[in-house]
Amino acid sequence: MTVETAKHRELGLTDSEFELIVAKLGREPNDVELAMFSLLWSEHCAYKHSRKLLRRLPTEGERVVMGPGENAGAVDVGNGHAVAFKVESHNHPSAVEPFQGAATGVGGILRDVFALGARPIAILDSLRFGELDSVRSRHLLDGAVRGIGHYGNSIGVATVGGEIYFEEPYEHNCLVNAMCVGLARTEDMVRAAAAGVGNAVVLMGASSGRDGIGGASVLASAELGEGDEAKRPTVQIGDPFEESKVLECCLELLAKGLLVSLQDLGAAGLTSSAGEMASAGGVGIDLDVARVPLREADMEPFEIMVSESQERMLAVVEPAKVPEVLALCEKWQTGGAEIGVVTDSGRVRVLRDGEVVGDMPVEALVDGCPLYDLEPAEPEGWIYGNRATLGTDATAAQELLALLAAPSIASKRWAFEQYDSVVGSRTVRRPESADAAVLQLPEAGNAIAVSIDGNGRRVACDPYEGTVEAVLECAQNLACVGAEPLGLTNCLNFGNPEKPATAWQLDRAVSGLADACNELGVPVVGGNVSLYNEGPDGPIYPTPVVGMVGELPDPARTVGSAFAIAGDAIGLVGPFAPTLAGSELAKQRGVLDTGLPRPDVTAVAAACTVVRDAVRAGNLSSAHDVSDGGLAVALSEAAIGSGLGCRVDLQPLRDRGCAPEEALFGEGSGGFLVSGERGALEQLGATLLGEVGGEAIEIAAGDRSVAVPLAEAERAWRSLPGRLGDEQ
Amino acid sequence: MIWGVVQFPGSCDERDALHACEVASGEARLVWHEERDLGGVDAVVVPGGFSYGDYLRAGAIARFSPAMEAVAEFAAAGGPVLGICNGFQVLCEAGLLPGALLRNAELRFTCRQVELTDASGRSLSIPAKHGEGRYYAPDDVLDELEANGQVAYRYAEGHNFNGSARDIAGVSNEAGNVVGLMPHPEHAVDPLTGSTDGLRVFEAVAGAGARA
Repeated sequence: MTVETAKHRELGLTDSEFELIVAKLGREPNDVELAMFSLLWSEHCAYKHSRKLLRRLPTEGERVVMGPGENAGAVDVGNGHAVAFKVESHNHPSAVEPFQGAATGVGGILRDVFALGARPIAILDSLRFGELDSVRSRHLLDGAVRGIGHYGNSIGVATVGGEIYFEEPYEHNCLVNAMCVGLARTEDMVRAAAAGVGNAVVLMGASSGRDGIGGASVLASAELGEGDEAKRPTVQIGDPFEESKVLECCLELLAKGLLVSLQDLGAAGLTSSAGEMASAGGVGIDLDVARVPLREADMEPFEIMVSESQERMLAVVEPAKVPEVLALCEKWQTGGAEIGVVTDSGRVRVLRDGEVVGDMPVEALVDGCPLYDLEPAEPEGWIYGNRATLGTDATAAQELLALLAAPSIASKRWAFEQYDSVVGSRTVRRPESADAAVLQLPEAGNAIAVSIDGNGRRVACDPYEGTVEAVLECAQNLACVGAEPLGLTNCLNFGNPEKPATAWQLDRAVSGLADACNELGVPVVGGNVSLYNEGPDGPIYPTPVVGMVGELPDPARTVGSAFAIAGDAIGLVGPFAPTLAGSELAKQRGVLDTGLPRPDVTAVAAACTVVRDAVRAGNLSSAHDVSDGGLAVALSEAAIGSGLGCRVDLQPLRDRGCAPEEALFGEGSGGFLVSGERGALEQLGATLLGEVGGEAIEIAAGDRSVAVPLAEAERAWRSLPGRLGDEQ
Repeated sequence: MIWGVVQFPGSCDERDALHACEVASGEARLVWHEERDLGGVDAVVVPGGFSYGDYLRAGAIARFSPAMEAVAEFAAAGGPVLGICNGFQVLCEAGLLPGALLRNAELRFTCRQVELTDASGRSLSIPAKHGEGRYYAPDDVLDELEANGQVAYRYAEGHNFNGSARDIAGVSNEAGNVVGLMPHPEHAVDPLTGSTDGLRVFEAVAGAGARA
């Protein structure tokens, strides 16, 4: 074995991948080239275990302006405007250093969106941690929430929603997924493809340092384990001020028509952005590393090419416009340096003061990585643990209070109050006031609703049905505020795809995602895959996180999730057939097992239309998707949010064949809890359950009937801050 | 009336402030931080955000900007100036307003709708969002502010989440033409996004300038 071949293994390449590189180059790669290949051929950049699966996803639609392959997806929202959005993971950096990991996760997704020429207007986060009684989980939660707030607040983009789940399998490997939504005038938008031989390549923003070197291959494409402390230098440090300046600078450059194309620098830094721009444009790029502004003067060419310093953007500019571009960089007090040129060579060449130090065909570098077929095998039975925290002898009232106090269900006000949710003057529905965030778009004359969802526990029970449910829950959340889905983005967080059980989960989840999107007619306009999410105790729950953007014509015609008027009737809409499979109650009882019932997607879609139309017509006082903890929790949330109690009888569900505890706490897709005038609810075809009013949550369910004072329910639901421990 | 809204690198709320000024009285324009001339505006807003990143102490760098020199002269001549959040911090750093803003008592950034009471006892519902909003001044200064009627806004009972001295949310200078507050009136000019009570803050500042 030669020295070279040992080195490629350290960089995460297999022997056969290395041999393929040698064949494509016709020689052994030098250090610069090997570093670049190792990053672009990493799982994180090449999607080598997921790309084939992702071809199943529907990506076309009438409203799609930009689809997968661009920095973010975008859909038309009318009046010459488009909404760009994407969700991305920053899991491993956050597990190593939660504050900076989460902060730079936000920074990265913001750049993806403004790289299109869209001004970021909203951030949502989907977070997963181990159980709250773990000190490590509380530390990660606190750091991640602070980090998200630090970056989003400082840059002035509203954080309007999100979700946090606490489950044992995330104990070692937390998940931090951030979604950004941006608004653009369609004519100002720009693609990432480099074009125009002879055009200049300009690097903007922060200078390049040794931070984050090898992040994509070392952190993102391998399992976490012992020695993660030593990986801390591979986590980047965020500087929201620099990002704010480069954001404003880029938007002004685009508004003035000064850029041919624009791309952010994320994982693998200059290597991936230059390679991908050249690949998309079918051209070559020459870069001179001596012209890259550096934080440390003695950086090697390979270090400059793979640096993951944050807050940098790469643009292609016509030569005559370079001075104007650099002048605007100066105005915004951000970096701007002409570092290369677009060529017709079809090669990425790295130069230092004119001397070639790396020379690779774009095709080999960007698209040459072999794609692997998974070897899926369905595991036998439930491969995750069970931990009972609630006895089977608990009364229904005790169960309801335990569910309301479950960290995954309890109010997350502690977290979202650390985020600026109002900057931008668009936020019509703030966090926890409705099932989806609603943002008005005066420019387009309408509004959008945004939701992010993904219950990993249910996906673990059944990867296919669980993923279908995640898509349906997003669609239901949008319907509750009167919005119709326009497009979907997703982040597939899974364990090691080389293991058959994880491969099977991934395969089934992608099929569920594809089928649900096809049936709902919602295109997938972008996404991200995060694999190798494992700790010493095994893989995380398979966690596809789905982000959906919908449109509503009138931001004044939307409702919240809380009851609004005493005396209103309470009804249930949709094909809700709850069971305890995969439910929060099953988790607390320690009886989780495989299998979920199949949701009737067509019927759920029809119910979404009914609710959406009723909200838009102003016929409802409230609408709330029945989700974690079932109908009893949904009723409690609607009651707590309004300060109004309720009296309901679940006999109609029992008539559908539900046992009392299934009617109370069973979960499943397709349930909408609505309130309004009795006549209006009857007109919808809602199943009437009871009435809003009183100071208790009273639910008749045969021998499991519950009556809990509203104040007691609220105390349980708001109990999270008291359980965050001394380190808070 | 023409409002000027100062924009520093790192400002976050300047567009919202522009919009609020327009809703309040018709015309507004941005004033870039490097401008030494306010261009004949009738009133100035120093908006919220993280001017120059605020990695040092909030507002500590912005006070030295050319635009702030112009604002100081404008204020000295009796022109109405409204500092919101970071703008309030900048005005305190610049010595245009008494006191200082310290880190919130709980040491966390908090975003919450708060109830305020203005000097005439009317209540306002306005969002607040900051990590360094705990108003501080020595007791003798606080006594003087109260005696002079310089406490422009107080948090209603139960709304002083940052631990401000004597529940003070906003103060004015002695002449009354410079006002700063931590909550964000520019985010409260549209019933759809929460309330329109913020307009009263803009109107009060415009009026105070006219009297000064």
